[in-house]
Amino acid sequence: MATTKKKTTAAAKNAGAKLKNFATAPINKSLSKDEKIDLYRMIVGIRRFEERSLRAYNQGKIGGFLHLYIGQEAVAAGIVSLMEKDDHIITAYRDHGHALAVGMSMNECMAEMYGKHTGCSKGKGGSMHFFAPDKNYWGGHGIVAGQTPLGAGLAFALKYKGSKGCAMAFLGDGAVNQGSFMETLNLASLWNIPVVFVIENNGYSMGTSLKRSSAEENLAHRADGFDMEWEVCNGHDVFEVREVANRAMIRAREEHKPFLLEIRTYRYRGHSVADANHEKYRTKEEIEEYKRTKDPVNVVKQHLLSDGTLTEELAKKIDQEKKDEAEASAKFADESPVAPRSEIQTDVYWEVDNDSEGELKGTYFFND
Amino acid sequence: MPLITYREAIKQALDEEIQRDENVCIMGEEVAQYNGAYKVTEGLWAKYGDKRLIDTPISEAAFSGLAIGASMLGIRPVVEMMFMSFSYVAIDQLFNNGSFCRYMSGGLMNVPIVVRGPANGGTSVGATHSHTPENMVANHPGLKAVCPSNAYDAKGLMKAAIRDNDPVFVMENTLLYGEKWEVPDEEYIVELGVANILKEGTDLTIVSHGRCAMLSLQAAKTLEETHGISVEVVDLRSIRPLDEETILSSVRKTHRALLVEENKPFCGVDAQISHIIQLKAFDDLDAPIRRVSAIDAPNFYSKELEDWQLPNEERIIEGALKAIA
Ligand SMILES: Cc1ncc(C[n+]2csc(CCOP(=O)(O)OP(=O)(O)O)c2C)c(N)n1
Ligand SMILES: [Mg+2]
Repeated sequence: MATTKKKTTAAAKNAGAKLKNFATAPINKSLSKDEKIDLYRMIVGIRRFEERSLRAYNQGKIGGFLHLYIGQEAVAAGIVSLMEKDDHIITAYRDHGHALAVGMSMNECMAEMYGKHTGCSKGKGGSMHFFAPDKNYWGGHGIVAGQTPLGAGLAFALKYKGSKGCAMAFLGDGAVNQGSFMETLNLASLWNIPVVFVIENNGYSMGTSLKRSSAEENLAHRADGFDMEWEVCNGHDVFEVREVANRAMIRAREEHKPFLLEIRTYRYRGHSVADANHEKYRTKEEIEEYKRTKDPVNVVKQHLLSDGTLTEELAKKIDQEKKDEAEASAKFADESPVAPRSEIQTDVYWEVDNDSEGELKGTYFFND
Repeated sequence: MPLITYREAIKQALDEEIQRDENVCIMGEEVAQYNGAYKVTEGLWAKYGDKRLIDTPISEAAFSGLAIGASMLGIRPVVEMMFMSFSYVAIDQLFNNGSFCRYMSGGLMNVPIVVRGPANGGTSVGATHSHTPENMVANHPGLKAVCPSNAYDAKGLMKAAIRDNDPVFVMENTLLYGEKWEVPDEEYIVELGVANILKEGTDLTIVSHGRCAMLSLQAAKTLEETHGISVEVVDLRSIRPLDEETILSSVRKTHRALLVEENKPFCGVDAQISHIIQLKAFDDLDAPIRRVSAIDAPNFYSKELEDWQLPNEERIIEGALKAIA
């Protein structure tokens, strides 16, 4: 089998060397002005939504865990912007950015976190478990790496049915050390499944830095052990994400081959909002440096200002729109009702929910 | 009616369902080219090829999860566990993703998979290969569990499981694979949630499932012949959903109940059944409900000891006599 392997992007290979301008790569050059603005709008939207949900969490409106995507926005926005009709996507619990990127509304997402009936899962899933199968978005999964075999399964189904799509399966840099993921890498390569695994390497799994969790810090290199193609790129520039991911996705669709993509990114906030200690396992300077030089919102904004797509006024306007939308979603969530108690035992079994004729036999639920 | 083995009955079910629905495929270790570790899938790969019979590496977590993901897009995988014991390395996939994805999405998806394989002790393979996890499966709302005790049920329940739109675990039994029963040539389905009265009786109800139901039937015959006790034997077939009505109406008739299963007693299936009987038929009971389960320890390797550890005719008769006393 002839393969071309071990490509890293210029940016990842020669840190410090002159950055390639990914905005001029063909996949990005072909974007219309409106499409570029949409990318900006999405990245800003995710940022504003996350900021608003943080406030809601701090006000005690949101229960459980809240894993914010702030700092990583360009990854989900960039990759989802490349998805075609038959492409599917699945991710872990840091799932709000992907959800908004596929087109879920701020209202249904915020309401889900508030535990309301109007939430995307009627309040049954919460922050970590958003789903929108109608938008090819399969969650939202709380067990580290547990979603990776499911992602391979989506891709398996596409190939089985003769569809041309691919599946995008996201995971974190900590998740790579789960057995299920390594098993899945092998399976995907062995069976030539059109799945692209995207490691969102933000450098930390909770409070554990990459150095302290993975013996080989170049996570993408693991693909070699499975005869799988891989690439590494930066995640702060949406145009770089698009340029690199596009190749992986085309290859998956056209050749039915899996791909391991490692995207170097950064999260600004703690692991979850409950992680108040995140300045203990990393320095304030490290965070500030990333924000100053690589902020995904700022990077895309600079690109679009410099090529004349965007003006400061328009940027400001978009920003305000997204703030307002996020604010409105919090109001919507706040004013929405919680589900009635009768909802506790719906959505457990498909057959029960769809038994309109009352034909099912036997007891399904066991309460006194 | 032709007499066929339990193994053959399951194979017929798989064969017919593969033919009926192009989305049905079988995956697992050694299921295709090797013809199955227990030869349940023998000949199917030769007949249907690589697309429908898929040999997997020894990666239960990955292929279980893959099957679940594929089912979200409409594929209907039948996942063979070489032993149901091996599903334990895939518990996150099966018990989190399999059972809860539908719920956590507020009903936006369903997971039509079947997980099947032998779940029994009694074969001197030691504790690691002798699990009977139907109680654990039934403890996860969203999952279904069936335990066929004979070839007829095995075929009919398997076909129902494959057509079901929820995840169903089919617990088979290696000690039954070679046993024969009458199975009609015509197509049939055994619905989930319907128990089977293997034998009618008036003095005592035995509730059981899987191979233990067959042992209970044997014990019931002996009890009738040698002790003059008329025993009714209820074979649950399906653990979740559960046919409560058949259990309760039998107990209301006989006023005594003995529950027999291969599970360990603590939080076994029969713990729940006992609760249901006392809750809903308390006034009908003339004596405490009794249980015969596996003797409460990991499975013994040595045949003589394991044969005593698991319910057998002698222990069932002993339990019945206590229930009658
Ligand atoms: C199986 C499992 N173990 C532990 C956890 C707790 N946990 C949740 S997220 C996390 C860190 C994962 O880090 P990473 O994969 O890098 O993703 P990130 O949070 O950085 O997006 C841990 C330990 C879990 N959810 N599941
Ligand atoms: Mg991380």
